[in-house]
Amino acid sequence: MSESVSEAPQTPQLPSAVAASPVAAAAVGTAPGVTIGRRRGDFLYYGLRNKKLVFGLGLELVLAVFAIVGPMIAKFAPEALTGAQLQHPNGTYWLGTNALGQDIFSQLANGLRESYLVGLLGAVSAAVVGMALGFTAGWRGGILDEILQMITNIIVMIPALVLLVVIGSYLNSRSVLFEGVFIGLTTWPWVARAVRAQTFSLRSREFVELARLSGKRPVSIIIRDIAPNMASYLFLVVILLFGSSMLLAASYDFLGLGPTGTVSLGYMMNAAQNEAALLYREWWWFIPPGVVLTLMVAALLVANVGLDEVFNPKLREQ
Amino acid sequence: MRRYLVRKLITYVLAFFVGVTIDWGIPHLMPGDPIQGLLSKFDLDSASYAALYKSFAQSFGLNVPLWQQYLDFWKGVLTGNMGISISDAPAKVTTLVFGAMPYTLALLVPAVVLSYIVGNRLGAAAARRRLLDDTVLPVGYILQSIPYPWLALVVPYLLGVVWKVFPTSGAYSETLLPSWSWTFIASLLDHWFLPFLTVFIVSLGGWAIGMRNLVIYELENDSSRYMRALGASERVVRRYAYRNASLPQLSGLALQLGVVIGGNIVTEIAFDYPGLGHLIYGAIESQDYFLLQGIFIFIVLGVLIANFIIDLVFIAVDPRTRLSMQGAAA
Repeated sequence: MSESVSEAPQTPQLPSAVAASPVAAAAVGTAPGVTIGRRRGDFLYYGLRNKKLVFGLGLELVLAVFAIVGPMIAKFAPEALTGAQLQHPNGTYWLGTNALGQDIFSQLANGLRESYLVGLLGAVSAAVVGMALGFTAGWRGGILDEILQMITNIIVMIPALVLLVVIGSYLNSRSVLFEGVFIGLTTWPWVARAVRAQTFSLRSREFVELARLSGKRPVSIIIRDIAPNMASYLFLVVILLFGSSMLLAASYDFLGLGPTGTVSLGYMMNAAQNEAALLYREWWWFIPPGVVLTLMVAALLVANVGLDEVFNPKLREQ
Repeated sequence: MRRYLVRKLITYVLAFFVGVTIDWGIPHLMPGDPIQGLLSKFDLDSASYAALYKSFAQSFGLNVPLWQQYLDFWKGVLTGNMGISISDAPAKVTTLVFGAMPYTLALLVPAVVLSYIVGNRLGAAAARRRLLDDTVLPVGYILQSIPYPWLALVVPYLLGVVWKVFPTSGAYSETLLPSWSWTFIASLLDHWFLPFLTVFIVSLGGWAIGMRNLVIYELENDSSRYMRALGASERVVRRYAYRNASLPQLSGLALQLGVVIGGNIVTEIAFDYPGLGHLIYGAIESQDYFLLQGIFIFIVLGVLIANFIIDLVFIAVDPRTRLSMQGAAA
C-alpha cells in the first residue's frame, strides 16, 4: 500500500521552533511551508510533484491574474452604459453586453475581484472567531467548554440566509466588508468544532504537559506548542471556508442582498434573472459568472486535496 | 439515551429562545423604525403624521415599554398569533405561512433525502475502485463548486428554454385552478421537477466525496484488516465500512440543514415557486415586517424539528446512544 515515507508530519512531536506564529500564518493564507521551518524543503519537494496541487494552484493563479489585470484592460467601467445593448460576444465587447448595454467582460473581471475579497474576508473572520473559541473551549474544558459548545450548536441551527434576509431588509446600504464579516460570523462554528476537537486531544500529550510544567502561559503554549501541530489542518479548513464563502456570497448577491453599489458575480446572475435573460436565450450574460466561480472553487478544492496529500504521507500513494 | 436527549432538548430550547430574541430584536436594533418607513411614503403634515404615528404605534403594540413588547412577542409566538400581514392586509401571518409551507416541504424533503441517499451510495461505491473513482471524484468536485443560483439558471435554460421539456416557473399551470384532478396534479409534478432537480444535484457532490473519503478511511481501519484476516469477503467488509461511515455523514446532514432550508429561498425565487422562501422575499419587497418575523420563526422551528428527527434516527442507527439508555456507560 503506502510507500515508505521518511516521516509523518502529523505526529505530535513537531518541533515548537516556529518562525512565525502559525495562527497568523494560517489566517492570512501564507504558504504552509513557512509554519514548520525544518520541513519546508520536504513540503516543497512533495508539493511540486503533486499534480493536484500544481493544477489547482495554477488555475487559481490564472484566475487571480484575471481578477487583477482584467479590470485594468477592460474598455468600459463595469456599470457604464455603452449604448450597445445585448451584443453577442464580438471584437469590441469581448463577452457581449447585457440588456442595459453594460460590458460583460468588465463586470466579470470586477465581480471576480469582489468574490476573492469577500471569500478572504469571510474565511479570515471565521478563522479568527472559530480559533479563539475553539482553542478556549478545548484548552479550558469543563463548564466553559459546555457553554461554548452550546453556543456553537445554536449558531449552526440559526439559518444564516434567512437571518441575512431579515437583517438586510432593514439596511439600505451594505458594504463588501459587511457581507464578508457576516459570512464569517455565521460560518465560524465549523472552525471552532475542528479546533476544539484537536486541542482536546493534544492538550494532555507529554510535550504540552512539559510546556505547562515549565511555567509557560497558556496563550503561549497554545500558540507555540498546540497550534503548530494542527497548522496544516487549520490551513485546509481555511481554504475550504474561502471557497464556501464565495459560494455563499453568490447566493446572497443573487437575492439582491449583496453589497450595494458594486458589481459581483452573483449580482450579474441576479440581473440576468430579473431581465429574463433565460427566456430570450441571452446565454453570454449568465453563463460566464457561474463558470468562472465554479472554476475558482473547484481549483481550490483540488489544491486542497493536493495539499492534504503533501501534509499527510498516508494519503500520498493514491 | 436520556442524557443524550435531554442535552439535545436543552440546546433546542435555547436555540429557539435565541432565534425568537434575534427575530424580535432586529427591527429594534436597526436604524429607523417600521412605522416611520411606512408613513414616509405618504405626504403628511406634521399634525396628522403625529396622530397616525400614535395610532399605528398603538395598533402594533409599540407604545408600551420594551420589556413588555418583548413579552408580548413571546406571547404571540407561543399562542401562534403572529399578527396580521401588512401587505396582504386582512390575512393572518400564520395563514399565509401555512399556505406556502406545503410547497416548500414537497420540494425540500424529497430533494434533500434523495440527494443524501444517492450521494452516499455513489461515494461508497467509488471508494478504492479506480474506474468509478476517476469519474465520481472529478464530477463530485465540480458539483460541489457550482454556485447554486447559477445551477438554478442553467438547468431551466437547458431543460426548459432550449429543449422545452419542463416548465421553468410557477408551481402549476396558470390556466388551472388548484383542485384534486389528474390534470392539476400532473401540472404540479411537471412544475415541481426542475426545482427539485437543482436542489438534488447541488448537494450530491458533497455527500459523494464525503462518503468516499470516509469509506476509504474505514477500509484501512484495523477492524477492516481484522475482518479480512478472518476471511470475510470484500463485500461484507465494505458493508461494515459503509455503516460506520454513515454516522459522521448523518451528523453532517444535521449541520447542513440550516443552510439547506435557508438556501431554499434562492430556489423559490429562481423558479418563482410559491413556498416560504418566495413569501419571505415578497415580504421584504413590500416591507411587511410582521410577515418577515413570522416566517423567520417558522423556518427556525423547521430547522429544529428536522434536527430532532435526525437525533431520533441517530438513536436508531447508533447503538452507543441506545446503550446509555440501558444504564451502560454513556
